[in-house]
Amino acid sequence: MTYRSALAVTADGEVFEGRAVGADGVATGEVVFNTAMAGYQEIFSDPSYAGQVVVMTASHIGNYGVTAADDQADRAWTAGIIVRSLSRRESNWRAEGTLGDYLQQRGIVALADVDTRRLTRHIRDHGAQPIAMGVDISEADLREMAANAPSMVGRSLAYEVSTKAPYTVEAIGETRGRVVAMDLGLKRDIVDNLTMRGYEAVVVPATTSAADILDLDPAGVFLSNGPGDPEPLTQPIAAVRGVLGKVPLFGICLGHQVLGLALGAVTFKLPFGHHGGNHPVQRLADDKVEITSQNHGFAVDPWALSEGEAPTVTGLATRDMMPGLMSSPFGEVVPSHQNLNDGTCEGLRCLDIPAFSVQYHPEAAPGPHDSLGLFDNFVEIMENN
Amino acid sequence: MARRTDIETILLIGSGPIIIGQACEFDYSGTQAAKVLRREGYRVVLVNSNPATIMTDPEFADATYLEPITAAVVERIIEKERPDACLPTLGGQTALNVTTELAKAGVFERYNVELIGAGLDAIERAEDRGRFKETMEGVGLATPRATYARSMAEAMSAAAEIGYPVMIRPSFILGGGGTGLAFDEEDFITRARYGLSVSPVGEILVEESVLGWKEYELEVMRDRADNAVIVCSIENLDPMGVHTGDSITVAPIQTLSDREYQEMRDEAIRCLQAIGVETGGSNVQFAVDPATGRRLVIEMTPRVSRSSALASKATGFPIAKIAALLAVGYTLPEIANDITGKTPASFEPALDYVVVKVPRFDFAKFPSASTTLGTSMQSVGEAMAIGRTFPEALQKALRSLESGHKGLGATEAERAWIDTPDTVLVEMLDRPTPDRIFQVGEALRRGMDVATVAAHTRFDPWFVDQLSEITEVRHEIEAAQLLAAAADPAVRPCLRTAKRYGFSDAQLAYLWQRPEDYVRQLRRDLAVQVTYKTVDTCAAEFEATTPYMYSTFEDEDEVPPAEKPRVLVLGSGPNRIGQGIEFDYCCVHASFALRQAGYETVMVNCNPETVSTDYDTSDRLYFEPLTVEDVLAVVDAERPEAVIVQLGGQTPLNLASALAERGVTIAGTQPASIDRAEDREQFSALCAQLGIRQPPHGIATSAGEAEQVVDQIGLPVLVRPSFVLGGRAMRVVYSYEELSDYLTDIYGEGMSDSGAGLDLSAAPLLIDRFLESATEVDVDAVFDGSEMLIGGVMEHVEEAGVHSGDSACVTPPPTIGEEAMAAVLSATEALARALEVRGLINIQFAVKGNDVFLLEANPRGSRTVPFISKASGVPLAKVAARVMMGATLAELRAEEVLPQSFRQDFMAVKEAVLPWDRFPEEDIILGPEMRATGEVMGISESAGVAYGKALLATGVVLPESGNVFFSLANRDKAIGLAAAQALSMQGFKLYCTQGTARYLDHYGVPNEVVDKVGEGPNDGLALIEAGEVHLVVNTPRGSRARSDGRKLRLAAQHAGIPCVTTVQGALAATRSLQAGRDALHAPRSLQDWHR
Repeated sequence: MTYRSALAVTADGEVFEGRAVGADGVATGEVVFNTAMAGYQEIFSDPSYAGQVVVMTASHIGNYGVTAADDQADRAWTAGIIVRSLSRRESNWRAEGTLGDYLQQRGIVALADVDTRRLTRHIRDHGAQPIAMGVDISEADLREMAANAPSMVGRSLAYEVSTKAPYTVEAIGETRGRVVAMDLGLKRDIVDNLTMRGYEAVVVPATTSAADILDLDPAGVFLSNGPGDPEPLTQPIAAVRGVLGKVPLFGICLGHQVLGLALGAVTFKLPFGHHGGNHPVQRLADDKVEITSQNHGFAVDPWALSEGEAPTVTGLATRDMMPGLMSSPFGEVVPSHQNLNDGTCEGLRCLDIPAFSVQYHPEAAPGPHDSLGLFDNFVEIMENN
Repeated sequence: MARRTDIETILLIGSGPIIIGQACEFDYSGTQAAKVLRREGYRVVLVNSNPATIMTDPEFADATYLEPITAAVVERIIEKERPDACLPTLGGQTALNVTTELAKAGVFERYNVELIGAGLDAIERAEDRGRFKETMEGVGLATPRATYARSMAEAMSAAAEIGYPVMIRPSFILGGGGTGLAFDEEDFITRARYGLSVSPVGEILVEESVLGWKEYELEVMRDRADNAVIVCSIENLDPMGVHTGDSITVAPIQTLSDREYQEMRDEAIRCLQAIGVETGGSNVQFAVDPATGRRLVIEMTPRVSRSSALASKATGFPIAKIAALLAVGYTLPEIANDITGKTPASFEPALDYVVVKVPRFDFAKFPSASTTLGTSMQSVGEAMAIGRTFPEALQKALRSLESGHKGLGATEAERAWIDTPDTVLVEMLDRPTPDRIFQVGEALRRGMDVATVAAHTRFDPWFVDQLSEITEVRHEIEAAQLLAAAADPAVRPCLRTAKRYGFSDAQLAYLWQRPEDYVRQLRRDLAVQVTYKTVDTCAAEFEATTPYMYSTFEDEDEVPPAEKPRVLVLGSGPNRIGQGIEFDYCCVHASFALRQAGYETVMVNCNPETVSTDYDTSDRLYFEPLTVEDVLAVVDAERPEAVIVQLGGQTPLNLASALAERGVTIAGTQPASIDRAEDREQFSALCAQLGIRQPPHGIATSAGEAEQVVDQIGLPVLVRPSFVLGGRAMRVVYSYEELSDYLTDIYGEGMSDSGAGLDLSAAPLLIDRFLESATEVDVDAVFDGSEMLIGGVMEHVEEAGVHSGDSACVTPPPTIGEEAMAAVLSATEALARALEVRGLINIQFAVKGNDVFLLEANPRGSRTVPFISKASGVPLAKVAARVMMGATLAELRAEEVLPQSFRQDFMAVKEAVLPWDRFPEEDIILGPEMRATGEVMGISESAGVAYGKALLATGVVLPESGNVFFSLANRDKAIGLAAAQALSMQGFKLYCTQGTARYLDHYGVPNEVVDKVGEGPNDGLALIEAGEVHLVVNTPRGSRARSDGRKLRLAAQHAGIPCVTTVQGALAATRSLQAGRDALHAPRSLQDWHR
């Protein structure tokens, strides 16, 4: 085994030693941890990770190799990867290559043999923060790079990752209609979930106006996941305000935050975000719990739409951490889903217009399929409209 | 939804004695359930015949029935206790079977008892192969393709359609006879023809073979609101074809992509929904074709299982506890995750480590068994290890096994294969055996490539590559020998890598040819030190409040600071025959008692089945191998006041001296005293000095010497090689001829050819006079330095010479006279004083009339402590733990840990349970070598009823009338006469062999003579096969005359006829027959007995 030692230094000065296993060079980004035990390729290719360094908490990464079918985007947006053990050999009937080669080909800087649990605990206790990592660079330089790296707050990364020009993905089977999908960092499996339900997906840039969207005469508008802070995304927020009530709308992740902002709620940054495949989310309509795939650093605070105030809760999250009926310029809104780990808002539903959103990832990829039915709900709303 | 208020009393059914395939995991699950249900305010009624369980401690239930788990008995308990509900899913297959029987008989309906957890329908849908398949297909889940055939033509066309290899399963065959794989048409014709002929309905199932496919298990929890979570995913290293209990297993799954895993997850949940498991945990097993990813559901277990115990320990998610809460109405989001306290149980644990479980086998005790592993489980225990990576966890698990290996190779034990030619070695890889993993290590060490090893073993190449990384690191270690010898700091990277790959100091010492202490010091000097991480269910996403730790070699250590003085309790490691749940019971009690006394208790153990490795049992849990290195590391991390070694059996005891020499304080009796009791010469001198008699004995280093010793002390003698522990290779010898046979067997050419031969001068033969017809007596006592507490005295049913673990015993002793008893008690106290015992001592005596001979003294906790505690009501292990930490018995009385006085006004019987059903070719006689896997207890005012209850609890149902095949060895005839008379008076017809018949004729006992085996049409075998025999009493006649008896006993065993092999057992059995069946079925709770 050729051993190239490498370092990672956080903005607050913690140093982690490891071995370089990805592309050459140096990377900086906001360091976050993901607790999913499989699905690394989907994670590393998810545009929502733009500007971030991902620590995988699972011990072995790369075991089943990589395959083109699992990619969520054409290129990798993840700034860097830190793992405990990178498998040099892949084994799976689907595999087309090793993860190590994949990382190098896609230019992702990666560290292995790191005490990832120590790093995870550091993030948990001190918050997500910038990290700088690389080979052939001094600890002091990395420290300085990390300290000077920009915070995620205020960064409109969605514009950077969004498609520059609209494109169309054909429906599978008989076409039932057209969905305009606003690409804020769109994952491929979301498009698949629309097309396999008979909808043609017209994927448009994040800067597309309401008028341009409506010109496409869609049956529904979809707001995708994506990276960065939702607050500076003034163009998508304006576009959403322009289409709300006119066509059914469904938002996921960053799309959910954009809908929340369009309705008049506010967003805030979570201490270290939700990144993993095991988050319990309760559907407030019937108390059913879904195990969800999550990947977000910001969240919607729905209390801005309510007269009330959030209670302080110790112990298990409670229902009263969410407001009841809320009002917005677009009519009444209710929180539809709640994260049972920390009680935060995981979904919004407009009662007077056909619009809803969830903070998590019903398309999974990676993660559990418990919430795939939300795409069917979207279809239902579009058909009934 | 929340806790149900319409039920008050819940009946909890345990799993009975420890048997292969059903071990202490059900004590763990039952204890958790009983605890949480009582905490929730329910009245818990418990039935379990196993006295060595924590769950049957009277404080864990409102009414504890140590009664046989049969439908008749449980019905009487229901009649008496009138439970509102019955929870059958926590007591293994035993509980499920008895529940099915009761449900079908309408008992639950009659007494208005609701089945909670799983209903009869769900149980049957899961357990019936046909219904299961149908149910799975109904929800779109694939199962192996299969067709029923009733003729050869049908069979042939089925096989042609499915393609070879195919599995053949004859219908309605008990125990899977005739089941097997056919690899080609020729093979198939033979097997199918046989299958059709043995099936009572002339039908076989021709099924697609999944041999060699990848094997996976998912542990699913479901609540009544249809919320479902996967608690743990498990991948078997050994592919399909090896029972999962005999496989090396890994958590979480390593070689599936998320796409495949999530589809499997969806199917597992759909499986629970379709089967109709309303609430609780289930295990769903899948097979995956490695070439195509095709996935089949193989089976599901609609209850808590061995795998769920493993999953609970592997993740920190307490499946049984949550299952109990779900059964009484809670939903998953209403229950908090114990470990974080702040997040709900409706989540899926995320692991940032790898867990490896390795089975432990005891094949040496069953010489008739083949060591090839298959679909019937044969392992007797398991060890689990946690590491940050698979190589680390695997090596830790292998050294946890205590099988002589300190990891994957790099130990003395690897020499077994060092000279094996490559061609032979590669063939070994095809055959699954307990040693295969080490053979894989050896093959990789030689440079065999990953693909070849994977092709032969059918291990996934990913695992083989990881194993290959271990052997590559081994080569690096070997290359660094000079640096290591010079203590050169340049060796540090190699040392650190080695430790991160799980190499033990012992392996490094072997490779570097240095003492282990040298390696430890080198690590200390170069700062390559262990760190402890927490098992927290969430990969560090949330803070953990429960210190459940494992060692690894990383940057950061997470051991929380302690506030109170700490005591380390060393557990007993993987279960094995002779060291099982009884010792875990003692360790758990020590932890409970010391916690209560204000200590912080720290448990170290590596057995995932146990209560001791429940993170709730002790203040801190270290899931670690029980080796000097691993224990010293915990001692360094925790700085305890003392370490308790005398409660976990031989495993911790073996570490005592090494720990003491390295400055660790041992609680209670000191290692020197333990050694003194084990050293034959020192101990004999001590006995002589104290005036305690021992049977005459001697030592021989040659065959000639052996004969001289026998000349001197007389026949019969008990012989064994000096180095062997636990009764291995021990034999009672009645003649010089037998002595020479024995010497050939143990020391002769036959043994040395296999490389296992012994040198008589290096391992001298120990010879003891065997006291015929002596009664063996066991004493368990606690000594505090001045006062002696006799926990109890047990009289063995079988004579001295049958291992105490295999013998039934009765307390209080029914036949020991006052004078002999006084001698037993005074000898016990004299020895305890002389050995400076602080804590427990167990002494075995042989009593012949008023003569008392000391057989063995062990200054430590014994196997009988839980039994005697249940009988006397005195928590002996708790008392002992406190005494070890300096309390006196007087102080404990003042604290009410020890009752002021206690009396037992009933008879309690312990009976052993032997694994004959797993080793069908093994002769079922009892001897000096222990082979029991578990035990049961029977309680009654009368010894006969108590024995009958115990026998019934082991599964033996004695006939009430019919014919008895009765044949005794000469020396047993005098005692056996009474049994024959009693049976005859009960109306049984006796069939006897000639000698026995003549003897009975002389005393006027009616009987019918039968032919000697093979010498006439009317021999015992023919009678047994004709169904003319309902009970067999056959005692062995010494090794040469055993073959006829052996055939008879095997025939009885295969025909399911009760078979008694000792004359004392026959007497006890007749007494229980006289008591009548109704008395055996009358239940009474432990709380009631001790009122």
